Amino acid sequence: MYDSGKIIAGLIVFVLLVTFPFISNMGKASAKPKPSIDTPVINEMAVKKCVEPKEFMRAEHMQLLNNWRDSVVRNGDRIYVNTAGQSYNMSLQNTCMNCHSNKKKFCDECHNYMAVNPYCWSCHIQPKEQPNEQPKENML
Amino acid sequence: MSINRRQFLKMVGVSTVVGIGGTAVFNGLRNSGLEAAQTSPDPRTLTAKRWGFVVDTSKLQSDEDYQKCIDACHSIHNVPDLSGLPEEIRKRQEVKWIWTDNYERTFPTAPEDEYQNPELKEKKFFLFCNHCAQPACVRVCPTKATFKRKDGIVMQDMHRCIGCRFCMAACPFGARSFNWRDPRGKDDNGKPFVNPEKENKEYPTRMIGVVEKCTACTERLAKGMQPACAEASNGAILFGDLEDPNSEVRKIIATKYTIRRKPELGTQPSIYYVIGGGEHAG
Ligand code: SF4
Ligand code: SF4
Repeated sequence: MYDSGKIIAGLIVFVLLVTFPFISNMGKASAKPKPSIDTPVINEMAVKKCVEPKEFMRAEHMQLLNNWRDSVVRNGDRIYVNTAGQSYNMSLQNTCMNCHSNKKKFCDECHNYMAVNPYCWSCHIQPKEQPNEQPKENML
Repeated sequence: MSINRRQFLKMVGVSTVVGIGGTAVFNGLRNSGLEAAQTSPDPRTLTAKRWGFVVDTSKLQSDEDYQKCIDACHSIHNVPDLSGLPEEIRKRQEVKWIWTDNYERTFPTAPEDEYQNPELKEKKFFLFCNHCAQPACVRVCPTKATFKRKDGIVMQDMHRCIGCRFCMAACPFGARSFNWRDPRGKDDNGKPFVNPEKENKEYPTRMIGVVEKCTACTERLAKGMQPACAEASNGAILFGDLEDPNSEVRKIIATKYTIRRKPELGTQPSIYYVIGGGEHAG
């Protein structure tokens, strides 16, 4: 065999290169996202409840937001009555983000983990992430 | 088992409240056991069959009075202010929901002659979307991003706009502006187009590449408030139901001489301009 040294060295370099991302990440499985609900408004709630149950919101919030958007923009219906009979103003910017004023620790936490990049914030103004926000009227 | 009339009515009543008679929109949520979730309009919402405006600028004295209305609208809707750009570029890229112009340019097809009241030609008029009854913009929009609401308002769904600008070509009134720049951006001197200190935190901005225009303040109507321009106008802009013969706007249209912009094009604009208005006028 000619040049076996070079070939084997080349092969080793190749294998190292290809497996480098795996080896370098070994054992450091990136932390599971832990969206935080530590915000002034949520902390003040006696019962910490979103507009719908947590499990539903986790799986379906994007669907819910799409429906909210269509309802408000296209039908002019702005009030959401949830399964518990409570009314909310359907507004990402004014209702969701009023409680979840920690977009970085709440929205981005999972969105980054999942590598999804929703373009809500190209238009909707995100909360200024400071602890002293003014609570706004959200429940009707 | 039989039910009597009273029980039947009760059942109908309850099922209406619970939502069988309401708008069950949330098809997608059905599977998740959320069929009771409902949407409804805000009870404070101002309603009409066809919203329209009467503009009588004789009620305004100075340029500041005009500017007050424009600022009221543009500030609450986070309309980007491109005034820091070089004049040539600003003229082409400007974003405006409400602005002013002279008689000739507001009513280019209105009959005129040399003996006409010269004051008329000096006068300034407010221009904004006419919320036409037969809107050209709605007919051409390929994505239905611009559409007509049941109350006559021509609405813009920014989520759907693809920025093709067909609507701008179709609108004969120049009521629409394209976002050539990111409204969140800055001009060459570092001045942001929407000042983060003054922005309305309860209203979105737009993004680069969509078309925007006056929405007749649908977000304010939903809270029972008048459009911002009308509120700031000292009575120069009136807002009301054109299909209600007893509304203020109809009473003025019935008693004073009013004209609309380019009515011959058939879009049926919903802004009526009071012409004259001195002591000789009706
Ligand atoms: S004025 Fe222009 S943008 Fe407004 S409804 Fe009429 S055609 Fe459409
Ligand atoms: S620019 Fe937007 S609103 Fe206008 S016609 Fe195209 S998609 Fe419709």
